[in-house]
Amino acid sequence: MTTPLLSVENLSVAYKEGDHHTRVTHEVSFDIAPGEVVALVGESGSGKTTTAQAVIGLLPENGRIEQGAIRLNGEDISKWSSKRLDAIRGSQISLIPQDPTSSLNPVKTIGAQVGEILRIHGDRDGKVIAARVAELLARVGLSDPELRARQYPHELSGGMKQRVLIAIAIALKPQLIIADEPTSALDVTVQRRILDLIDELRRENNTAVLLVTHDLGVAADRADRIVVLQGGHIQETGEAKALLIAPQSPYAQRLLADAPSLSTTAFREPRPGGGDAIVVDGLVHEYGLGRKKSFRAVDGLSFSVKRGTTHAIVGESGSGKTTTVRDVVGFGRPTSGQIRIDGTDIASLKGDALRQFRRKIQLVYQNPFSSLDPRQTVFSIVEEPLVNFSGLDAGARAKKVNDLLERVGLPEALRKRRPRALSGGQRQRVAIARALVLDPEVVVLDEAVSALDVTVQAQILKLLDDLQRELGLTYLFVSHDLAVVRQISDTVSVLQDGRQVETGTVEEVFLRPQSAYTRELIDAIPGKRSLALA
Amino acid sequence: MSRYIIGRIGQALLVLWVAFTAAFLLLQALPGDAILIKFQNPELGLGPDQIAALREAYGVDSPLWAQYLQALGNFLAGNFGYSVQGSVPVSQELLANLPATARLAGFGFSLAVLVALGLAFLATLAPFAWLRSAIQAIPSLFISVPVFWLGIMLIQTFSFRLKWISVINPGEWEGLILPVITLAVPISAPLAQILMRNIDEVSTQPFVAVARAKGASPGWVLWKHVAKNALLPTLTIAGILFGELLAGAVITETVFGLNGIGGLTERSVRFQDASVIQAVVVFSAACFVAVNLIVDLLYPVFDPRLRKAKGAAA
Amino acid sequence: MTSFASIDAFTTTPATVSRTNNLFGRLRGVNPGLVLAWLVIALVIAWAIAPQLFTSFNPVQGVPSEKLKAPTLIHILGTDALGRDLFARLVYGAAHSLTGAFVAVVVGLVAGTALGVIAGSTGGLVEEAAMRLVDVLLSIPGLLLMLSIIILLGFGTVNAAIAVGITSVASFARLSRSEVVRVRRSDYVEAAFGSGGTFLSVLWRHVLPNSLTSVLALAALQFGSAILAISTLGFLGYGAPPPTPEWGLLIAEGRNYISTAWWLTTAPGIVVVVVVLAANRISQSVGKGR
Repeated sequence: MTTPLLSVENLSVAYKEGDHHTRVTHEVSFDIAPGEVVALVGESGSGKTTTAQAVIGLLPENGRIEQGAIRLNGEDISKWSSKRLDAIRGSQISLIPQDPTSSLNPVKTIGAQVGEILRIHGDRDGKVIAARVAELLARVGLSDPELRARQYPHELSGGMKQRVLIAIAIALKPQLIIADEPTSALDVTVQRRILDLIDELRRENNTAVLLVTHDLGVAADRADRIVVLQGGHIQETGEAKALLIAPQSPYAQRLLADAPSLSTTAFREPRPGGGDAIVVDGLVHEYGLGRKKSFRAVDGLSFSVKRGTTHAIVGESGSGKTTTVRDVVGFGRPTSGQIRIDGTDIASLKGDALRQFRRKIQLVYQNPFSSLDPRQTVFSIVEEPLVNFSGLDAGARAKKVNDLLERVGLPEALRKRRPRALSGGQRQRVAIARALVLDPEVVVLDEAVSALDVTVQAQILKLLDDLQRELGLTYLFVSHDLAVVRQISDTVSVLQDGRQVETGTVEEVFLRPQSAYTRELIDAIPGKRSLALA
Repeated sequence: MSRYIIGRIGQALLVLWVAFTAAFLLLQALPGDAILIKFQNPELGLGPDQIAALREAYGVDSPLWAQYLQALGNFLAGNFGYSVQGSVPVSQELLANLPATARLAGFGFSLAVLVALGLAFLATLAPFAWLRSAIQAIPSLFISVPVFWLGIMLIQTFSFRLKWISVINPGEWEGLILPVITLAVPISAPLAQILMRNIDEVSTQPFVAVARAKGASPGWVLWKHVAKNALLPTLTIAGILFGELLAGAVITETVFGLNGIGGLTERSVRFQDASVIQAVVVFSAACFVAVNLIVDLLYPVFDPRLRKAKGAAA
Repeated sequence: MTSFASIDAFTTTPATVSRTNNLFGRLRGVNPGLVLAWLVIALVIAWAIAPQLFTSFNPVQGVPSEKLKAPTLIHILGTDALGRDLFARLVYGAAHSLTGAFVAVVVGLVAGTALGVIAGSTGGLVEEAAMRLVDVLLSIPGLLLMLSIIILLGFGTVNAAIAVGITSVASFARLSRSEVVRVRRSDYVEAAFGSGGTFLSVLWRHVLPNSLTSVLALAALQFGSAILAISTLGFLGYGAPPPTPEWGLLIAEGRNYISTAWWLTTAPGIVVVVVVLAANRISQSVGKGR
């Protein structure tokens, strides 16, 4: 084996909180050879981002390296001064950040921001810089680079911004690129193109990549080797293929089993299903944009859901998913078309009739941090719907709430807590309990598991499945993640720019997609490549 | 875009009109009135009918709505009525006092901006953590100091103890030093606080980390990335600061015995000279509205996000 | 999807870990500056309630033979031109300054918050009208507005306090409206409507409790500014009439002796600065404690 380009040895990083230090990584060690892609995989709090930040010397102000070494070409850079590191940052190690939207300075042009890295490292000639910037922007696949260079970040889409950031990262042909969740904020189809681009560029220059990701599928597709982190400890390190076929550590096994994109389980057994619980017919929703102009967010959506089954609505950002959800639960008013829940047209209801109707249909939100009132306790959050439709006295309410909390797996000790003191998964359990306490017929799940770590996501999906069986619930499951949809739904509608491009049973749609767009979406699911290999 | 400008100007005029009306009504509701205060003084020896004649001359006995319409018309024509105490048109009094106040306010504001910028950048770049937090605490101290007391303390220290600046008949510029400092301190405090907060906020933005990852030094990042993003939002408080400047002038001019709009205001409150107060209130509201209007209309020049997108943004 | 970022953010270790429940842990977490701020406010309130416990001198009746004495052990802050003990006048003056500031904050808080909450929760034309009114109030510099109200109401402690209070109505209204609007747009308020809440029950259970924290922080901040404003009006002679030992008035009276009796202006000013600093520090902690 050649000498490693980067060698992280027993790295421990701690953050200062108040007057004590908390270690977040514990003796992490791994190597990256020149031109190699190594993925750091882990869930939130695993220390993967911290490790990456330490490598490039950009820990937050309250973080410090307590022990260990970071060797770049054999030289320990962990104790270098910030000034000395400035010379190698950008030129030898560069960064592709997580969120392209906030990673570009909003008040400077694209050209200035790409040119800046050249200026910092010594280029002075404006003309040379401008030519090189155009060349770089063209290289990362942006059309009309001269125009792009004069534009500001807000004039570009998320994918284009990420291309600009990649152009900055490769500008000086560094030996190592740190890609910190480079695509987690992007739509799946864009994600795939961006990862392809990074792959292509690193091959061209034989650049090594440290890929930080929560997505085992992405790591499996793109990395030569994978380092699995949990709670700041390395659980397993190995060749990507070997690790996928036969993970050694229990944690890696669990991660692999829980990753929807890597699961090979069959489609769901068809559920019996009764009459139609939800019928959406020709739904159109327009938003007014100033005078006369309007924007059609949903255009002619029709589907029906049988009682006791799950229907998924799939689409990328801007596809009209959210608008559809809001109309279905009665928060939005469709421009035309009908939405019948259990036979009643929800758009025709107003005032107290609508309020009464809400017992039948409940919504679980994407973000478990914002959908719970920070001032209420878990118990009172779940109790509130019962208070609103009071038929029960306090004792009966308490019994019902406690039974339900137990059913969704929240220990008794948590019931007096406020949302802040709960984990993301626990909060989403509270939200589910709140949705179920009125015994609704339909539960709408709006990206309800998207913000959760995979292992937690798997638990919540299992809970939802059990509840559906026991209570005969009908789910409308809205998601951008096809892998999850494949696992949980019976039928699916695929939306693109407000139009329904495909609808049918999950099996039909996944195995015999009719539209090109659906095919593209399915192909973009990370992990596909490695599954094919395995 | 032009539609937006017209709407924005209309809104500004509406605010001004309501401010004028409110000021008018408020001062009409006065229990005492300035004519009586001035002319009932027995030493003047005026009889009741002479006072009545004076009242008619000042137009204070016509019905309220007529007075209102007349006052509004006069205001639009730039005629703000007569100052009862000074016995001259209010517009003349304002014009006579404006240059002095404008000079004081101009220097005060410039000094305040310099102090605020200096504090904000020092609080970010100073070498030691304790020094940075000490500098960060200065604005909250400034904001807690009564302006009039600050003026007195400055006089006490620099004129009486150290005898650096003469109190009696100081030179034109010498006499301006202490008032300018007095005026600048309370204006610089909120400005510095907002700047410091903005710098802190902007510094946590991912694009700052990206700039650092390019190899930029902290100074480069502060200057090339943080500064503009942190300065932009301070423009929105320009109007408020302008008002504070006028209010500060009232106190500063009173403490230092200077002539100006501030001193004029203080005197006219003392003698309940309604038309002067009304003119000053409407004048300051007009300045506030104008400053805000200019800031709003100029904002897109500084912030590209508010400009129309050029070319395809697909 | 971006919420991955927030969950994965490296600095967010679960809040439960750092929250220690034992007394020792709490004491260690307390900020000494904040404790000092509360002590200052407590002391000044004690001055206002029971001034006789802190000084035996009469604040209004002086001893002519003792006039303009520099600070000594007996008169720790010296005496004024009428031979009155300055410390006694400061202690007795606390009642005037504090009640004035209190009245001002209550006026601003009640009127402003009512206006803001009504505007923010009803929306539409009511909101538009209320906010234009606030615009007008904001367009007039605070001091000029106070002066206009004072010449309407007349001079005096209470009138000065009301004038200061009315001046802060606009900021309270604007803040409470924006807070109500922010909370109203949150998922949990929509969820509350979704689980069958009526307008009033949601307003009462969710919107108000979550909006009021920052309004309270503003109230604490306004308490400090009100003390400043009232002392300013006192200094200009529009507040309490002599011989009331109001703090601003003390400075105004001492002003005639700045060349000979420095303590007469210095001491009251420092008291004002310290009290205002303390109020601002407390306001900061209220704003952060959410």
